[in-house]
Amino acid sequence: MQAMPKWADAILIPFISLLLAFILSGLMIMAIGKDPVVAVQTMVQGAFGSTNGLGYTLYYTTNFIFTGLAIAVAYQARLFNIGGEGQVMLGGVGVALVCLAIDWPHWAIALPAAMIGGAVFGAAWAFIPAYLQAKRGSHIVITTMMFNFIASAFVGYLLINFLKVPGSMSTESAGFPDGAHLPNFHDMLAPFGIEFSANSPANIAFLIALLAAVGFWVLIWKTRLGFEIRSFGASETAAKYAGINPVRITIIAMLISGALCGLMAINNVMGEAERLIDNAPEGAGFIGIAVALMGRNHPIGIVLAALLFGFLVQGGAELNLWESIPRELVMVIQGLVILFTGALDNMVRRPLEKLFLALRKAKEA
Amino acid sequence: MVVTTSQGRQTSAAPSSPQTASMSDPLAIELRGISKAFGPVQANKDISISVRKGTIHGIIGENGAGKSTLMSILYGFYKADSGTVLINGQEVQITSSQAAINAGIGMVFQHFKLVENFTVLENVILGAEEGALLKPSLGKARKLLQQLSDEYELSVDPDALVENLSVGHQQRVEILKALYRQADILILDEPTGVLTPAEADHLFRILQGLKEQGKTIILITHKLREIMDVTDSVSVMRRGEMTDTVKTSETSPEALAELMVGRKVLLEVEKTPAAPGTPILEVENLTVVDAQGVIRVKGIDLQVRAGEILGIAGVAGNGQTELLEVLGGYQVGTGVIRMNGEELDLTGNASDGQSRREKGIGHVPEDRHDEGLILEFSAWENIMFGYHHDPEYQKNGLIMDTAKIKQIAYDKMERFDTRPLNEKLPAKSFSGGNQQKIVLAREIERNPDLLLIGQPTRGVDIGAIEFIHQQIVALRDQGKAILLVSVELDEILSLSDRIAVMFDGKIMGERLPAETDERELGMLMAGINNGADAAQSGDA
Repeated sequence: MQAMPKWADAILIPFISLLLAFILSGLMIMAIGKDPVVAVQTMVQGAFGSTNGLGYTLYYTTNFIFTGLAIAVAYQARLFNIGGEGQVMLGGVGVALVCLAIDWPHWAIALPAAMIGGAVFGAAWAFIPAYLQAKRGSHIVITTMMFNFIASAFVGYLLINFLKVPGSMSTESAGFPDGAHLPNFHDMLAPFGIEFSANSPANIAFLIALLAAVGFWVLIWKTRLGFEIRSFGASETAAKYAGINPVRITIIAMLISGALCGLMAINNVMGEAERLIDNAPEGAGFIGIAVALMGRNHPIGIVLAALLFGFLVQGGAELNLWESIPRELVMVIQGLVILFTGALDNMVRRPLEKLFLALRKAKEA
Repeated sequence: MVVTTSQGRQTSAAPSSPQTASMSDPLAIELRGISKAFGPVQANKDISISVRKGTIHGIIGENGAGKSTLMSILYGFYKADSGTVLINGQEVQITSSQAAINAGIGMVFQHFKLVENFTVLENVILGAEEGALLKPSLGKARKLLQQLSDEYELSVDPDALVENLSVGHQQRVEILKALYRQADILILDEPTGVLTPAEADHLFRILQGLKEQGKTIILITHKLREIMDVTDSVSVMRRGEMTDTVKTSETSPEALAELMVGRKVLLEVEKTPAAPGTPILEVENLTVVDAQGVIRVKGIDLQVRAGEILGIAGVAGNGQTELLEVLGGYQVGTGVIRMNGEELDLTGNASDGQSRREKGIGHVPEDRHDEGLILEFSAWENIMFGYHHDPEYQKNGLIMDTAKIKQIAYDKMERFDTRPLNEKLPAKSFSGGNQQKIVLAREIERNPDLLLIGQPTRGVDIGAIEFIHQQIVALRDQGKAILLVSVELDEILSLSDRIAVMFDGKIMGERLPAETDERELGMLMAGINNGADAAQSGDA
């Protein structure tokens, strides 16, 4: 017997959690002598008020959809992939190598190739911890986390020694050829007569991310592989009884997870920077964990949670810029949202369940 | 002793009768008009019981009859919608397990609540430590444990780690925990489900000892034999209601069984003599070594022929589980296993469960919660579980045909009389018997040449037991081979066409049901073979 209707679980609880996080954030803003109402206005205005701001919000959202889906697919098999950050970095290397390989004639040819490059590199980086977990029992939380540091050092090494433009002072690769330039929202919407800021980084990768969310749903709930992944995640002993190979599922789930992380690079590396830079993911691999958690490992939830975090990152940057609220406090606000929506779920759930039970009883009486 | 039969029969009149009883006899527990609903399901309906001090009171009923709900109310896990609880004549509000402990109630759960890597002593004081330092509490507990073990045969090594103890000893730790918290009333929920017959007898001796010291014991079970053997009085529950409370000495197993299910049940299985055909399964010199390096199966030989049921009797943990796992394809073994003359791969490649199914081996595992089902998954997902590669379930090479699977699942559940008949409900919301029907429907409906079936009726209510036994016999009559593993001797004796007894990884001997009895099988199960046959008798 469900204590609460489904909509309350899926919508009401995250909403109340979010509200609590914002109330607490407001109090902190008041504590440093700023006006929380103005702060909210600045954030909303900065994130949604202009097509430029909206473009940034959706650009971040795209990143978080990819990493959120990646973390969720691993979690369906009860694997905690903490290595999203490193997998995104390696995905960036894959995308950069593809884009720099030849003088691409058109983005429509370059994009699929870059997607394969990013996905293969991301998956390869996830394969090593997956193999160690499946065959040797090395805990995947530890190994994936360690692999983030290795990835960071490895990409730095590649940039300095191989990819850097000779003579240049900055640790970044050469710019990608024009043929690898992805259409941004300005280019995409112009044929429909819609004005969109030409400077904002939102690009066609956003649509790829939405397609990935649909693909996630089909994979997990409609295919045999998804069924095996979910079965393995729900009960390893039962999966063994059913003839599901734990080694195979562990490795496949992590490969898909790593590939999704790697795909993120078509957004930040190919779509935005158009060159490989150091620390390109900017923490998206970690925020993906919060996105998957808040999105309940479901693609719709993940897209919505990614939008929320996109708003927080973009709105937070505006807050820092216009209200001289320190960057650190903006990060505290993001942290509070993660804390309330993820970790303190039961704090809201329990009283709400009681309320619903009482309401039902009152109705029956 | 508690409530006379004539009074108890009218459940509606029950609330008044215990009151009159309380005038003359000291009552340890009195429940008056307890009701509890979970949404639309009425788990307990106006239940009244009174239990006299210093007696053993049995509560018997099918799974889902509301026994556990009632005890959870008494232990403060649930709050009753209405009704009152009196302990020693005083009305008490039991709002939490702590309140129950304070009222002198101790509970021994079916699934033990012990910290495995703590010692016995640490487990006993856990949650009842006094002061900031552990040492005084440990010392006090040690002294008390010594005293209790002398008094009640409750001997356990206080410094042993719980994970190294047998199940029977772990249960004693649970009892000690309750006694350490000065429980006067001890509730045991299905205590013998995991015990060997000898361990169960030992438990009952402990309970008798506790009773003589004036403790009150409530025994929840669905085993009629236990009720008849140890209780002074018994309450029967059916569908959330208290059907009757009677003195044990004035009733019979048949009468109780009828009260439980509301109709006469066949405790004997009706079946015709077997007509065995060619060997389907041949096992030669099978040895299994587990991950810890312990030899679980020591070179056994056996054979199951078409149209017969081979029953494997034995106390749990003598290699039966490993035998089933090797046959099911997810445990490594050495030796030879032939299925329809074809040799099977025993390397334990985990995905080999798939090829076993393709070769016509169905498997109802011993543990349906951990292996046979995924409890959070819906019934229809569980019905395709293990057979999800079947072409019948696919829309194309990639996508599964969920609508069709749901329909197939519904049909299978209907044929196996699964209730509620709703394939979309998660497996965990079905009762034990209906969960088992889901597993059986999945395996039997595949029409396997060989059905491996472990503990088919563990935690299953009497009504469902009858149905499950009929299905097994029906499959045999279609000429299929069946390997039955059960720790219930009654079940082995009434279902099997041949019986092999396992002890310590070996087959102690084979017997025909007509030519043996519980006593002889019990000796074999204990590793004593007085017969002329060798320890390895092979096929009959």
